[in-house]
Amino acid sequence: MDPENVSADYLNNIWKFFASLQLTIVVLLSLAITSIIGTLIPQNEDPGVYFQAFGPFLYRLFDVLDIFDMYHSWWFQMLILLLTANVLVCSIDRLSLTWKIIFPGNPRFTPARFRSRKNRHEFKAPVVPDRLSGTYRAFLSKRFHHTDITPTDTGVALFAEKWRWARLGVYVVHLSVILLLMGGLVGSMFGFDGFVNIPEGESVDTVRLRNSSETKKLDFAIRCDDFDLSFYNTGQPKEFRSSLTIVENGKSVLQKDIIVNDPLRYRGINIFQASYGEMAPPQSRQRIPVPETITLSLTSTESGMTYQETLVSGQTITIPEGGGTFTWTSFSRAAEFRGQPIGPAIIGKLTPRNGDPTEIVLPLQFPSFDRMRRGEFALAVIDRQPDTPLQPDPVEKRYYTGLQVTRDPGVWIVYTGFILMIAGCFVTFFMSHQQVYVELSESRSGSRVMVTGIAHRNKVSMANRVEAIARQLEDVRG
Amino acid sequence: MNSSYLLSFITFIYGFAAFLYIAAWIFRKEGPGKLATWVSLVGVIGNGAGLMLRWYESYRLGIGHAPLANLYESLVFFAFVMVIIYLVVERRYRSRTIGAFAMPIAFLTMAYASMAPHISSRIQPLIPALKSNWLIAHVMACFVGYGAFAIAFGVSFMYLMKKGRETDQPSSMVYIQPVVLFLAVALLNRILMQYPWGLSALIALGACVLVYAAMFLYQRMAPATRERLLDRLPQTKVLDELNYQLIMFGFLFLSAGIITGAVWANSAWGRYWGWDPKETWSLITWFVYATLLHARMMRGWHGRRIAYLSILGFMAVLFTYFGVNLLPGLHSYGAMGQ
Ligand code: HEM
Repeated sequence: MDPENVSADYLNNIWKFFASLQLTIVVLLSLAITSIIGTLIPQNEDPGVYFQAFGPFLYRLFDVLDIFDMYHSWWFQMLILLLTANVLVCSIDRLSLTWKIIFPGNPRFTPARFRSRKNRHEFKAPVVPDRLSGTYRAFLSKRFHHTDITPTDTGVALFAEKWRWARLGVYVVHLSVILLLMGGLVGSMFGFDGFVNIPEGESVDTVRLRNSSETKKLDFAIRCDDFDLSFYNTGQPKEFRSSLTIVENGKSVLQKDIIVNDPLRYRGINIFQASYGEMAPPQSRQRIPVPETITLSLTSTESGMTYQETLVSGQTITIPEGGGTFTWTSFSRAAEFRGQPIGPAIIGKLTPRNGDPTEIVLPLQFPSFDRMRRGEFALAVIDRQPDTPLQPDPVEKRYYTGLQVTRDPGVWIVYTGFILMIAGCFVTFFMSHQQVYVELSESRSGSRVMVTGIAHRNKVSMANRVEAIARQLEDVRG
Repeated sequence: MNSSYLLSFITFIYGFAAFLYIAAWIFRKEGPGKLATWVSLVGVIGNGAGLMLRWYESYRLGIGHAPLANLYESLVFFAFVMVIIYLVVERRYRSRTIGAFAMPIAFLTMAYASMAPHISSRIQPLIPALKSNWLIAHVMACFVGYGAFAIAFGVSFMYLMKKGRETDQPSSMVYIQPVVLFLAVALLNRILMQYPWGLSALIALGACVLVYAAMFLYQRMAPATRERLLDRLPQTKVLDELNYQLIMFGFLFLSAGIITGAVWANSAWGRYWGWDPKETWSLITWFVYATLLHARMMRGWHGRRIAYLSILGFMAVLFTYFGVNLLPGLHSYGAMGQ
């Protein structure tokens, strides 16, 4: 064989490999299975945490495989790339075959294609084909976009079709997958994702980038004029609101209050309400000494009884009424709950009667905090030794607002992909290219009618539709 | 009347309907079947009314929001969608036997919502991140999808039962089936009831014994009796087609659900995708059903394998919905904001 043929063969095989549905199944299932790993092992945490959790050997193994940031690892990106190549090659391959079917120039139909079909309905009509064909064509053209008529050896044949373009639906879906991946790529190459804390009254023009140590300077400054938060009377947060001003070249150019779900957008940069915090007086953290003993109150939700227990650090107590055990594991001077500072707190491990141990946080300043957990018991620290007073609340609390600042030029590509995916799926699943064929042949007492039809998918419902059409045609046979 | 009471009452109505469907199937009677349809219809209207009432009550409390904001409300909506989809299927396919497999799922969903100890039926105010119209679109789309997948799950089960008679199983399945059954039941107990692993395994063992005892009894039945049980199920061809139709419908809505979720995330946090466990699991579910849609186009992948994939897909749905809260790395208060 000459070398040209060999390489053509070779290319052909590669093309076939990428166009195969087997590859699709393998890649989709691989993506589904490997994606599970990243949900079992929390991603992007501090290396030290992983090292402690897994020990040196597993840590090194996982590190080499990028398990700690697996969705950005080379092998996961490879799978996605493989999927993209697969969709692309497969779609081109098929579209080149079906293009002629979808855009045939002037649609022609071949009676032979329909005559051999199994699901055919036949009946007799008392009128000759030429008289019947007019009625039938009118009937069909009400239901189908395109109708056609041709004389045959024995009479006439009518043809009707609609939604030829529905064959394109699946290519639209596949195109949308490619757009989503492209949009993601554009976003990660040309966009950024940063965050910044701005104390009330101050302004900044630089943000820290997420998952990296770099910063990014903006073309303008963001000033936080005011930050407000409100709570429901259940204690759950109701609204976080930052009044922001964009300052460009020393001039205020835009003012807007932002809340969660309603960001500020300026020059392609989006500013979201992400978190907030209190400005701590600098020395207050050091003041509170580590308590040596604490007294807990334990209130049973079921019986309403309240019990008291005094314990030292590290001690485990048994909760009354068979409620399990509680261990005082540590003390934090500045604990956080969901990213919100809640001041000094006791941290402990609660093991309910039946259930797994959970870590719970008992802030010294908020004795009713643990009620939010809705456990069988609500715990609170009611006394501690040594008992230095907590910092009295400052008269005027000063907050900082935590903003997420992002730029993602790929988002419009992704959104286009979203729309195409929904539209494409709808067309693919619920519309099909339907063709109906009616043949009228002359017989002694009038004509013989044969009705049949096909659709490129959902063949069962098409069979029902053809049957219904045949029955209606029988009713109008003259 | 308070919406929680109304909805607990609906649980019993669904239970009654499920009972009637099963009775109609086993005893081959038309009467209970017809009654079951009417009872289901009454149930689904009451279910819808319960949701509306809850919406109204939330406004009376001054924290008005659509009743789709927490686990309880989403479960109630899930059951609502499921029964509607089922009733449409019943009408289209003119088979009440499907009800014997579909209504129990709706009943269990409502019973779980009303009775599981860790699910609160209180109307809670919305935390800031949930205040978005995208949230409503997102939850609705997801649960319409899940509802279709749940019925497809029941239909797949019927398919396997019916097909089991027509052809012999490959011998490897005999060993794999009990293991899979055990693991699935244990995992379900763990994630749905939040029992510790030991207890979950014990219950799973019990369930396996029960299932196999039932199968043993079934084998011992006179062939004619067995025949009578199965000939009421629609033909395998019809079940396969129905499974596929439901999955296409579900896939469209699951896609819409993931997409509206992404748009919501983008408006709240400035990113449309962040690989957090919930998002990732919904994508895993989507991959499983995408695999199924493509597998159908390959030779040799009709029928049984599609039914297994459909069951696997529904397991992924359950894990997306309930299991994610158990994963490590989430705050122990994780379920609170849901
Ligand atoms: C995540 C990515 C993908 C999605 C969401 C997707 C979606 C779809 C959908 C919804 C259908 C219609 C299914 C049906 O008719 O029941 C379909 C059909 C199809 N897909 Fe994909 N697909 C993906 C990837 C791929 C890949 C990688 C290939 C490569 C071979 C592929 C090849 C096909 C083929 C050949 C069809 C049948 C087209 C026809 O009916 O003529 N798909 N796809």
